[in-house]
Formats: sequence, C-alpha cells, structure tokens
Amino acid sequence: MASGLRILVPVKRVIDYAVKPRINKAQTGVETAGVKHSLNPFDELSIEEAVRLRERKGPLKVENILALSAGGPKTPDVLRTAMAMGADRAFHIDVGDSADGGPEPLTVAKMLKAVVEKENINLVLLGKQAIDGDQGQTGQMLAGLLGWPQATQASKVDVKDEAGTVEITHEVDGGVETLRAKLPLVITTDLRLNEPRYASLPNIMKAKKKPLEKKTLADLGVEDTRRLKTLKVTEPPARTGGGKVEDVDGLVSKLKELGAL
Amino acid sequence: MVNNELRRQVIGIYKELLWLGREYPLGFQYFRDRLHRAFAGQAHVTDEDQIRKGIARAEFVKKEVEALYYLKRYRTLKQRYESP
Repeated sequence: MASGLRILVPVKRVIDYAVKPRINKAQTGVETAGVKHSLNPFDELSIEEAVRLRERKGPLKVENILALSAGGPKTPDVLRTAMAMGADRAFHIDVGDSADGGPEPLTVAKMLKAVVEKENINLVLLGKQAIDGDQGQTGQMLAGLLGWPQATQASKVDVKDEAGTVEITHEVDGGVETLRAKLPLVITTDLRLNEPRYASLPNIMKAKKKPLEKKTLADLGVEDTRRLKTLKVTEPPARTGGGKVEDVDGLVSKLKELGAL
Repeated sequence: MVNNELRRQVIGIYKELLWLGREYPLGFQYFRDRLHRAFAGQAHVTDEDQIRKGIARAEFVKKEVEALYYLKRYRTLKQRYESP
C-alpha cells in the first residue's frame, strides 16, 4: 500500500539513567529541578532503528522520520538530540512542566493518534517504556486506538518487501518469537535492538537547522484528563543485612522463631 | 609552514572529544585535564604524517569513549530491567 515509510518516533525527556532520583519533601513525586535530564534510553533505540531502516536501503524507502515529544520548556533539548541522531523534523507538544512524569499514557496515545492521522504516518517506533514512569503502556494503547497491528519489545526489525511486510523478532522465555505483519504498524523497542549512535557535536549543530514545530494538545484535539491519582511516593525500604548462626541448632531455633518451621 | 587543513582537523577532533567528556563517569574536569595534557604533549609535532597519525589516534579514542558510554548504559539498564 505504501510507497515509503513515514516513521513517527515519540520520545520522552527523563531524568538521566545514571542519576539516583530523590523524592521531594511533599512525597508527591521525584525532585526534578537541577537534575540532569536526557533522552529516554529506550527511545534512543527507536530513533536509531528508524535511522538504520533508512541506511539499510531495504525494499521500502524511508521518506521521513518525525520525532515528537510532549513536555515542558526544556523538551526541545532531547528533540535536538533525536534530530542529531538522524530524525528529519520534530514536534514539541507543550504540556508544561509537571512533577508527576507528564501526561498519562492514554492521553499520550490519543495525542499520537491525532499526529499519526494528520501526518499520514505508517510506522510508529516507540521505546517500550520510559525509565521514569516505567508504565510501558503507550505503544499498546496507541495500537489499540488506531486498530493497527503491534509488535512489542522488538529485538530485530526487518522490512521484507515493497508491499510493506515487516518481520519482527522479539525475545520470549527460552527463545525468540518472530511476528509478521503488514504496514501500518506499531513497534516498541527492546534493549537489544541495536546500539544507538552518539549524538556528535557537528550533528547537534546541524540539528539546530532542522525544523522544530511547537504545538499544544488543543491543536491536536486532545484534553489532558487524569484518570490516575498519585497518593504517595516513598523510597523503597533499605535492605537490612543478614545474621549469622553458630550451628545447626542455632539455625533451627532461628527458623522456628521466624515461623518457617 | 603550517598546514591549515590539518590544524582545522586537530582542533575539530579536540572539540568533539571535549563534547564527549561532559558525560565522563569520573567527571568533566578529570577528562578535560587529561585530554588537554594529551594534546599539549603533542604540540611540538610538526611532521604531517605524525600529525595524521595523532588524529587517527584521537578518532580511535573517540570511538572507545562512545563505546564505553554505550556499554555502561546497556549494562545498567540490563541490570535494572532484565535481571531476575
């Protein structure tokens, strides 16, 4: 059906993976002010895959790679990184800064659906989850809303022919599973899909010239409604060390004490 | 007689390495000091072939640092999300 691939890569700006998140005093979320942020690592994989689909020169040419992110005023930073890695253009959906990890997956999925329809996208490559919320729902919800086939946690993506048949491999317990589907398609990426390139200095500079459009949720006809309420955020309990027993009797009495015998 | 093309290349790779150094696990200061020392130590080199070799070595170091970052992140994520 398609003459080329028009890929949408939604990304998220999250607290850098190497930073240990701190919970704010009010216990409503994690402290984000003054903390290093970067592009969600799983989204980096999906951008890299989109760029590799282009470089591989398979049966279907990649026409366009659109990166998209919803977030506060600093979101363009990660969109520049995405464009430095090889995306052609970017949309910044301004939803303002929030301490609770941004819009909910359903809102994001509705927003992406609107973009997919407007921009005539036929392949959506998402990271399987963001490392801040770890909800891992957006891709599946989007596929459901669009009524498209989905391949989650892909470890290999292969465009087979000009008709748009795509083979996706993903890891399952004790082996791999291969799925075949036709475009249009939603794919979410697993950790071992590829090795993302580093956004080099010259490419960051070049990315500054690539088009970045700013939009709002209202432009896409989506409302930011909240269905979930965060009650409280706390640190996991600190690990307590184990104890030593002198002999077998000690062990038995200890186990009895703990009610295991 | 200074070869301007080579000069441009050397400055270019120095800047790229500096850019990479921002995320160095031991800190940017650590990385920059060593990077600066490595380049300053070669400042007297005038032979063009030697300079080209130096640039090639810098490119190699750049690839190594990129690989280091990738592996560090991959291992951390694997440990967080995939270890049972």
